[in-house]
Amino acid sequence: MPIRLPWWTLSALGAISLAGPAGLAGCGDDAPADPCAGVEGTCVAVPAGADRDVIQTILIEAQPGTTIAFAAGTYDLGGSGISLDVDNVTIQGAGMDETILSFANQDDGGQGLLVTSDDFQIQDIGLEDSPGDLLKIEGAVGVTIRRVRAEWTGGPSPDNGAYALYPVQCEDVLIEDSLAIGSSDAGIYVGQSRNIVVRRNRAEYNVAGIEIENSIGADVYDNVATNNTGGVLVFSLPGLQLANGSITRVYDNEIVGNNTENFAPPGNIVGKVPTGTGIALLAAHQVEIFGNTIEDHDSVHIGIISYSTTDIEFDDPDYDPDPDTIFIHDNTITGDSTSPTGELGALLILGMSEIQDPFMRVHDITWDGVVPAAKADPKDPTKLAAELQICLQDNGDADFANLHWPNTELPEASADATDHDCTHDPLPAVEL
Amino acid sequence: MRAGWVLGITAALAPACGGGDDDDAPADRCVVPEGGPGFDPDGPMCDRLSSYRLFDDANAQAPADGVVPFELNTPLFSDYADKSRFLFVPPGEAMQWDDVESFAMPVGTIIAKTFWYPHDKRDPAAGRDLIETRILLHRADGWEAAAYVYDDADEEAHLAVAGARVDVAWTHDDGEARTVEFAVPDKNQCKNCHEELDDTVGPLGPKARHMNRAGRADSGIDDQLQHLIDAGALAGAPAPGSWPKAPAFDDPDAGTLEARARAWLDINCAHCHNPRGAARTSGLDLSLAQTEPYEYGVCKGPVAAGMGSGGRPYSIVPGDPDQSILVYRLESTEAEIKMPEVGRSLVHEEGVAVIRAWIAAMKGSCEPQP
Repeated sequence: MPIRLPWWTLSALGAISLAGPAGLAGCGDDAPADPCAGVEGTCVAVPAGADRDVIQTILIEAQPGTTIAFAAGTYDLGGSGISLDVDNVTIQGAGMDETILSFANQDDGGQGLLVTSDDFQIQDIGLEDSPGDLLKIEGAVGVTIRRVRAEWTGGPSPDNGAYALYPVQCEDVLIEDSLAIGSSDAGIYVGQSRNIVVRRNRAEYNVAGIEIENSIGADVYDNVATNNTGGVLVFSLPGLQLANGSITRVYDNEIVGNNTENFAPPGNIVGKVPTGTGIALLAAHQVEIFGNTIEDHDSVHIGIISYSTTDIEFDDPDYDPDPDTIFIHDNTITGDSTSPTGELGALLILGMSEIQDPFMRVHDITWDGVVPAAKADPKDPTKLAAELQICLQDNGDADFANLHWPNTELPEASADATDHDCTHDPLPAVEL
Repeated sequence: MRAGWVLGITAALAPACGGGDDDDAPADRCVVPEGGPGFDPDGPMCDRLSSYRLFDDANAQAPADGVVPFELNTPLFSDYADKSRFLFVPPGEAMQWDDVESFAMPVGTIIAKTFWYPHDKRDPAAGRDLIETRILLHRADGWEAAAYVYDDADEEAHLAVAGARVDVAWTHDDGEARTVEFAVPDKNQCKNCHEELDDTVGPLGPKARHMNRAGRADSGIDDQLQHLIDAGALAGAPAPGSWPKAPAFDDPDAGTLEARARAWLDINCAHCHNPRGAARTSGLDLSLAQTEPYEYGVCKGPVAAGMGSGGRPYSIVPGDPDQSILVYRLESTEAEIKMPEVGRSLVHEEGVAVIRAWIAAMKGSCEPQP
């Protein structure tokens, strides 16, 4: 039966849609497949071809507990981007390649889809080509991103938006079976959050494939990070409300061939990641890296550096710029890192040249060697205290270098890993 | 306003179903109690602006009895739109004074802000176009915000849940013809600015320091705060003379360059850039209350700025506006760069000039840590 909608019922659209599962698609006999088929509970169907204002109205007027189901097809979300601020809403499509929200014509707003409500789920949908971030979720407790493709479709470019999947200041975050492609910063980027699982995703052709930043409690496993500039990053940056990240496990990932030339817009912190980085730990604390396959990186397979090495000023008394309590074990690392790039790459070459003359390759696991007095071994200021040490076990033939940077009064760079023949207790698993 | 956005939405709503040609508008779904201005305390927001009975004459923006017009010392920049602001406090009730935050307002309060463009900014008599009126209602369970877009005759305005785009043309102060596609915010975008960390939505402008001034010339109000106190609508004020006052950003006699720059940032940026606002994740706090230079951007590096840093090292580089990210973002109109993220598609040239001058005059430098 046809639905008649004079304009003044616009704001009642959500309620009308609730009345029947087919919602607006239910006009006439040749209606397309019902996107709400099989959905339990309240479901609002978004018909193929719905425009930005129709979709935004549905998002605003959704009731908690609603599933918003998009039919297969491409939706042109020009204009101001869209946003959700209703708790316990699920957004779903007909598949990450079947339902596409295209933000290519967006001209306002910093993100394609902004979510500021709790218990948010999004699944089986593709998000494409926003000028800023594709999916930003801010301040939510309970986030599930499942089988979502978030992609800039033109390939790596500094004109692409920054983050594909971007929960920030969230708690209880699950990102799984998703795909992030083309971010000019990080594909999967979890910032200032707690209790995070990132698993079975693929991150490709981003500057940073997967980045955990200023977060506490993250498990990153069974992911594939390939063809990024850097595969997996664990960073803490100064000046943020959650000052120091800690307790991150990076395990059983395939981190291979992340040698795409760094295409970050100038000025970004990830612009400093040398092209060809497997795993980078910047001011990271309590990190356990194990069971990963790490192959074929031009700059370094695992690099560990202090924020002070970046030469960026900060004035944050709560911030700890120096990594500590790192346990790297049982990884398989193959391939020689012979051509490091960028400022930090130059530093790697400089440091390694104190071990090799001439420079040949960056050792597989390389640490800048910054040891602040407050963290030093009481008997030897060049070493971290035992409980804060960088420990290495059973990484096959992987070698190590301590560049003893930047204090030239310290010994020259060294490949001696004796001080690092230690262990830490396993970190706890994240429970969602 | 003249654009046919309503028809456009109707077509999109019911693409294959016909309809939309009913001429008899139904009764508004909201039920406003009889009498003066007010709203439906338990029901939905009204479909039509007139249902709130805020105006004797909406076209003239002539307020009804009990609705008080007010101005701010330094207003939010909104693509050079002019604004008329109105406050309705229920009779017998009063707002409670606060030196710093927005006044605590009783349930039943309505705040309205109409956006309009004169045809010629040099000649008010040449007429104007009303674009939209934004409404904030204080319900028992908190504030609710939405925008109403004017019809062709500028006499009635209709709820625009999803926002709208309106093409506007006017003659600017300098005699140049200018145009803008004005973006009326959707209901969520209202919250982007008006909502804080704990999901509380609230007013932004009605603070003592912003309202401490005379009213618009035609209002006959020479002291807005005293006027509200005398009307019984504002209680708890300290003695006159101790009231805070934010300077008008563009009046050199109103305050120091720093005070005027900080006032402009406060009203234009700090609704998000404060420790509880949407931009708390950036760590950049542009509220007046922040006194640590690093916290308001001096030598503070970007965090998740994406393209927003423009290759510049810090939010503010003392003495060097051209190396300051803040200036880069204020001077951009690109979605992924510009600040604020929404509500601005033109550069506020006069505001940026003050920010530039403030940074240029700032002493010091950003040296890397030793």
